[in-house]
Amino acid sequence: MEVGQLQKSFVDYTASLFREGFLDGQFSQLQQLQDESNPDFVVEVVSLFFEDSDKLLNDLTRALDQQNIDFKKVDAHVHQLKGSSSSIGAQRVKNACVAFRNFCEEQNVEACLRCLHQVKQEYLLVKSKLETLFTLEQQIITAGGAIPMME
Amino acid sequence: MNLGGGQTAKAMSAPSSSASLKSGDVVSDQFPAGLRVLVVDDDPTCLRILEKMLRNCLYEVTKCNRAEIALKLLRDNRNGYDIVISDVHMPDMDGFKLLEQVGLEMDLPVIMMSADDSKNVVMKGVTHGACDYLIKPVRIEALKNIWQHVVRKRKHEWKDKDFEQSGSAEEGERLVKPLEDVDYSSSATEGNWKTSKRRKDEEDEPEEKDDTSSLKKPRVVWSVELHQQFVAAVNQLGIDKAVPKKILELMNVPGLTRENVASHLQKYRLYLRRLSGVSSHQNGLNSSFMGTPEATFASMSSLGGLDLQALAATGHIPAQSLASLQALGRPTTKNSISMPMVDQRNLFSFETPKLRFGDGQQQLNNNSKQINLLHGIPTNMEPKQLASLNQSAQTFGGLNMQVNPQASQSSSLLVQMSHPMSRTQMLNENKGNHVPRLQSSIGQPILSNGIHSGVLSRNGIVDNVRGAVYNPVSQASSLVDFSINKSAELPGNSFAQVSNSGISSLTSKGIIQEEVSSEVKGSRGFIHSYDIFNELQQHKAQDWGMQNVGSTFDASQHSALQGSLDVSPSSLVQQGFSSSQKDRNVSIGDAIFSGGEGAHCNNSKFGQQFNSFVADNTLRVKAERLPDSGCQNNLFPQQFGQEDLMSALLKQQEGIGSVESEFGFDGYPLDKFPV
Repeated sequence: MEVGQLQKSFVDYTASLFREGFLDGQFSQLQQLQDESNPDFVVEVVSLFFEDSDKLLNDLTRALDQQNIDFKKVDAHVHQLKGSSSSIGAQRVKNACVAFRNFCEEQNVEACLRCLHQVKQEYLLVKSKLETLFTLEQQIITAGGAIPMME
Repeated sequence: MNLGGGQTAKAMSAPSSSASLKSGDVVSDQFPAGLRVLVVDDDPTCLRILEKMLRNCLYEVTKCNRAEIALKLLRDNRNGYDIVISDVHMPDMDGFKLLEQVGLEMDLPVIMMSADDSKNVVMKGVTHGACDYLIKPVRIEALKNIWQHVVRKRKHEWKDKDFEQSGSAEEGERLVKPLEDVDYSSSATEGNWKTSKRRKDEEDEPEEKDDTSSLKKPRVVWSVELHQQFVAAVNQLGIDKAVPKKILELMNVPGLTRENVASHLQKYRLYLRRLSGVSSHQNGLNSSFMGTPEATFASMSSLGGLDLQALAATGHIPAQSLASLQALGRPTTKNSISMPMVDQRNLFSFETPKLRFGDGQQQLNNNSKQINLLHGIPTNMEPKQLASLNQSAQTFGGLNMQVNPQASQSSSLLVQMSHPMSRTQMLNENKGNHVPRLQSSIGQPILSNGIHSGVLSRNGIVDNVRGAVYNPVSQASSLVDFSINKSAELPGNSFAQVSNSGISSLTSKGIIQEEVSSEVKGSRGFIHSYDIFNELQQHKAQDWGMQNVGSTFDASQHSALQGSLDVSPSSLVQQGFSSSQKDRNVSIGDAIFSGGEGAHCNNSKFGQQFNSFVADNTLRVKAERLPDSGCQNNLFPQQFGQEDLMSALLKQQEGIGSVESEFGFDGYPLDKFPV
């Protein structure tokens, strides 16, 4: 594919992610922070997010699998996930976390398990979308083009 | 962000952490570039993002993901950082704890942040003396302005320092002016406050304002011992004949200048005046009160601490403390102050603010007994009660840790001040807890500072904590509140409420006024005080510091007080205020109240100063206490100690009785003291 096309795909794809609520303004902030001195800033941060979230989700699964669920701990994990997802702009993940926290407060095990499932879904979704986006970026660069700046 | 505004502010060069701001100083062209920020967050994603954002703001960033590491870094490089940004929820240490520690030890402005935007948590930040609270996700715009907190803190410190020195009122005003010029995003109320402060300066007895030329003079910390020496010298000479020169000679303290003594004397006189005015109802109190400054301190701090603690815990007064508070309100047999001495030390030294904090609860209980005594008990009781108040105040301050010492002080001051007002005024509560009484009776000079902060915090003066701004205000408000309530007893509840309101209000320097007022209202019949409170807050933030000072004086010169002082809370407050402002950011109630943004932090500092006997208000306190401030290690726990104390005091005052006109209780603005 030639550069122009790649770039167009990139722009359209990014726009759709925002439109569908996968990403929000915070992601744009990250993109704006990226500069010559940190050309891979977004990728770097998002990778950190993936790493951290994988761990958190595992911890959450374990915590909710206990006989006596420590809801405080569960809440702490969810809070953490909420913070990091909101920091990178993963809006749907963050929203799922908010709902999750409410059920934690109520100590509703059933609902918590459902929420955990929901959060995982959203997380996997946004993860694959972002990976697609980064691949597109890489293709553009490889083809010798520049990454279009999004508004 | 207003870089432009910053330009008018005193020059603050990031590299030199202790740059003294002088009015008229040219701000370094670079500023705020190069600001040294330490950011602490266990979330690697956020940490990396923050680091990048801060770098984009041209700040020097150091990041760490553990609070312990952060503390170590701070301790190893005492002057290596200008500001700390910390997450609230961290696995190894609670962010608030770190906040307190930093305030106490390093007296740096601390910004809290969290994805949690619930009022409780934000309130906690305020009460612990955070100078700002950011909600995640943090945007770069929010970070661009953080330099204002550093400037503000420095400015307050500078002002306090100057305040202590003999200076001209004009200079003080000049000092104030630049502050107003600076366009802090969150300084809406601050601006008001400053104006009122200035106004007060003009109205009241000319205070020795900052002396720009003496900016660089080393601050003198008026420790308990030093103050006692001072008081002894004054007594020996006779209050009328006590001139700085002679006092200096009598004291025979190396390194003490005539100017130090002169400014201290001025504060003392105001304090005495206030006491005499306030104590119309409680004659006995003063005498006894003076007798045991320490005792009062202790009690005050404990009381303050207690409340603070409670507040700190949940942002509300826990039932337990409430109960204790209530207990305090009820008169009981005279109890000896359980830890007057201890608290006293604490007050001044802030060495173990934490300790106090933790003990606050217990102390409070102890104090409560004592405090009850205050309620209407003869002077003998008062000091003790005051001590217990102090203690409790301290515990309140415990929130900020630092606050405790201050809290107690302020509470004591309040008690003293509100002596006439007594109960009702202090605590808002109609019950009129004794606690407030204690405070007034205690009148420990130093206490006032702490108390004020505490009290203030109660009322929600909020500013105090960090920016010392609120200190005065809180006092005022607390005073005001009390008057309204007029209840003789200060129920623990009221206390708590006061604290709550105080705390919330504390956080934001002056900003909160409204919020505070509303808080106050909600809590108990503060409604009346609401207006006054606002007013007080504005003015008082500064005055608060002073007021406390006044109270402390009272202890020693009760007799002299009678009719001699027409202390206007405002004037006192002003004095105190400047110092408190300087000091701190402590937390006392830093602006968090305002919703976490633009909160001023430095209440804690304020509290600290207070304890130190106000003389230096902020400056001193710090020296004494430690290394503190955020929450206010220094005499005035940065954080709210003062505020909490204030509120606690106020609560107590509630029951105490009519508000002295001086204090503006009864709904009168502080400035006007209807006699």
